[in-house]
Parts: sequence; C-alpha cells; structure tokens
Amino acid sequence: MKPVLKTAAEALHGLLSEGMTICVGGFGLCGIPERLIDAIEASGVRNLTVVSNNAGVDGIGLGRLLRSRQIKKMIASYVGENKEFARQYLDGELEVEFCPQGTLAERCRAGGAGIPGFYTKTGVGTQVAEGKEVREFDGELYLLERSIFADLSLVKAWRVDEAGNTVFRKTARNFNQPMATASHMTVVEAEEIVPIGTIDPDAVHLPGVFVKRIVQGAASEHVEFRTVRPRPAVVAAEETL
Amino acid sequence: MAWTREEMARRAARELRDGYYVNLGIGIPTLVANNVPQGIKVTLQSENGMLGIGPFPYEGEEDPDLINAGKQTITELPHSCYFSSSDSFGMIRGGHIDLTVLGAMEVSERGDIANWMIPGKMIKGMGGAMDLVAGVRRVIVLMEHVAKDGGAKFVPSCALPLTGANVVDMLITDLGVFDRASHGAPFRLQEMAPGVTLAEIREKTAASFELGAALLEASDA
Repeated sequence: MKPVLKTAAEALHGLLSEGMTICVGGFGLCGIPERLIDAIEASGVRNLTVVSNNAGVDGIGLGRLLRSRQIKKMIASYVGENKEFARQYLDGELEVEFCPQGTLAERCRAGGAGIPGFYTKTGVGTQVAEGKEVREFDGELYLLERSIFADLSLVKAWRVDEAGNTVFRKTARNFNQPMATASHMTVVEAEEIVPIGTIDPDAVHLPGVFVKRIVQGAASEHVEFRTVRPRPAVVAAEETL
Repeated sequence: MAWTREEMARRAARELRDGYYVNLGIGIPTLVANNVPQGIKVTLQSENGMLGIGPFPYEGEEDPDLINAGKQTITELPHSCYFSSSDSFGMIRGGHIDLTVLGAMEVSERGDIANWMIPGKMIKGMGGAMDLVAGVRRVIVLMEHVAKDGGAKFVPSCALPLTGANVVDMLITDLGVFDRASHGAPFRLQEMAPGVTLAEIREKTAASFELGAALLEASDA
C-alpha cells in the first residue's frame, strides 16, 4: 500500500531541498501535475534544476516557478509558449539545456532502466553534438547521450490504485510514463484514486513499483490552442427531427 | 503562377502511399492531411504519443487530454492508439515512420535542414524536429522558395544552426519540386509550378542543382 496524501503539500513533505533535480511530466499543458507544481511554488524551495519537455505558460504550471525565480536550470525541448522564460533566458538569469524531444524521453527512460547513456543519431552534425562523443556504428554516426535520474519525479495520472498501479489518459501519458521511472521518489497526482482490484492488471501503464506517494488531483481544464470544426449541416437537420 | 500553400500541400500529398505512417509538422505541412489522394489510407502520428489523429472536435467536445504536437485539440479514430513519449520517439528513431513533412527556414544543397533557431531572436527549442529528420525513413521539406525579404532559402550551405545534416530527401516549394536519389546524390529539379520558368528558379535559388529527366528534355527541345 502506498501513502495516499490529501494535499500536494503533504505529498511533498520532506522531499524538497535547494538545488535538487526534478522531473516534471506533461506535454505543453497536457498531463501536467499542476497541484504538485503549485505546492513547490508555495514551499519556496530554490535553485531547482527542472527536467520537463516544456516550461508551462505564463502563470500556469512551470511558468509559475519561473516567475517566482525558483528554477535555476531547465532541461527542455521546446519553450515557445512562455514569455517569462524567453526573458530570463535572454537576460542570462536562467540556464537552459535544449534537448531534442526524443532524446529527452529516452534519457529519462534509460535513467529509469539503469542505463547510464546511449547512442543516438538524433542531433549528429548539429549544436546538440557539441562536446559529445561521436561514434560510428555500421557506417553511420551516433552521439553519446547521458541518461537522467532525478531526485524527484512528479507525474499526472488519470487513475491510480493503492498499490501505485497507474493508468494515464489519452495523450496525457506523454512524458509522465518515462519520467515516473527516472527517480527513486515519484509522486503521482491522480484524478481518481481507486481500491486495489479496480484496475485490470493488463491495463496498467505504470507498474506500482515506480510509485512512492499518491495525491488527489483533478481533470485538467487547460487547452493551449482550442481548435474545433463546425457540426455538419446534415447532423443538425437530423437533430431537429 | 507559383503554387499556393494548398497546392504545395496537395503536391506533397502525392508522395503518400497506401498504408504509410506519417508525421506532419506544424504550418503548411499540416495542410497535407486534408489532401490525401482518394483510395489511399495513411495513419498520422503525433509525437506527443498518438497514432491515428482524427479531425478537430466539434465545439464543446474539446478534451484537454487529447491534443496534437502543435497543442491543438483533436479527436481519436477507431484505429487510434496512445503511447508514451519514449515509445513515440522509439518508433520515430527506429525508422518505423515512413514519411515526415516539415517546414524549414533553410535547406542546403547537401540536404541539411535548419528550422529550429535564429540566434539571438528565436529560441523556442527544437522540439521533436531533430529526432524526426534523423529517424523517419523519408524527409520532405515544404517551404516558400524565398524568405520574406526575397533572400534564397535553398542555399549552398545553411547559415542558421542545423536541425539535421544530410537528411532531406525532397524539397517542395511554391515554385517547384526537387528530389535526390540518395543522400550522396545532388538535388534535381523535377517539376515547376505552372507558368514558372527555369530562369526564375535559377534566379531565386542559391544552391546548385541538376535538372531531372523531364526538364532536361524540355530544355533540349
């Protein structure tokens, strides 16, 4: 049985320290552990290195920790939607390591699987290759990338049972699954916390071994780009019948 | 007359083959999805973790947990499936995706592509672009032939930081289509948009290129 905490502050109690490295799941605002991020802001802990595909937007998710200057370094693949990020980076206040998205995912997966590094052809011949070992395999060049193992991983899930078995929902799975494996202290913020036996063992996305604490979350309401299509006229006509 | 964005997308869509798994970049490449030729079925991949991208949702049915890599709300199809970012880039890096269509700021005559950074100006990050050009089996670039200031974008060597070196297989612009037989071969101009002349393309291209068979015949005549 995993500890199920009522609030995000309780879920992070005793886990935060200056200068630590934290993996934070999500893609854009989809599948971000929002309550846990807000609890980090409230804790005031500083000089964080945060590994996350994106950096939230101004005022939501990691955008809040940027605004409060709690992040010293970001490891991310894309930060286009965050003005405060751009300002701090251009002013030299924020250290940034841009990492290709697939390499970032694999660095976390490998870290969680006990693999210290791996060779990939992503980034060969680009700025990403600077300072990295290049090795030829079967006539092609590959870069050595080091894996990531964090002090703490924060992920957002749809359902979790009291054994920690976790299910994600649709494209909110994204980085949450590999990042949940990339530390020895993973906290899951879940929309539904269910009794053991509720989740089909064949449908588990993240085995409970990777989960250390659980906290109640909520369904997300954030959409970065709301795109819709008009309802077809024929359906509208049927509905009026 | 140069091709419109829609016509460029339609030309790129002719490169689709039945059963392909395809990743489309943001911008003009997205329009390729609306131009899939009749009788051909392709599965669109979204690198945030989905195969089988459906159309935009009806108003009121948007799901914050269901977005594409451009962070737009989408829908699922009967054959859709979801997976993690590490599985997603496993299929990209591992050569399981047949085709990607991407935009670019510059393409070089050696097949290099630059589309992620303008030093001192645009610092958004590369997202999944470096993984896509390195791993997907065929890379098609869809871009305007010249920059807004009229400068050439198909160049001998990219001035901007690269997204990938020697990775582009085909270049489709509003003026014409260039391709190459292998990553060691030079680009060949294969088609021109209606009314566009070879002289115009030469004037607006800094890269060196050869003429494909059809254009060689035409220029001999």
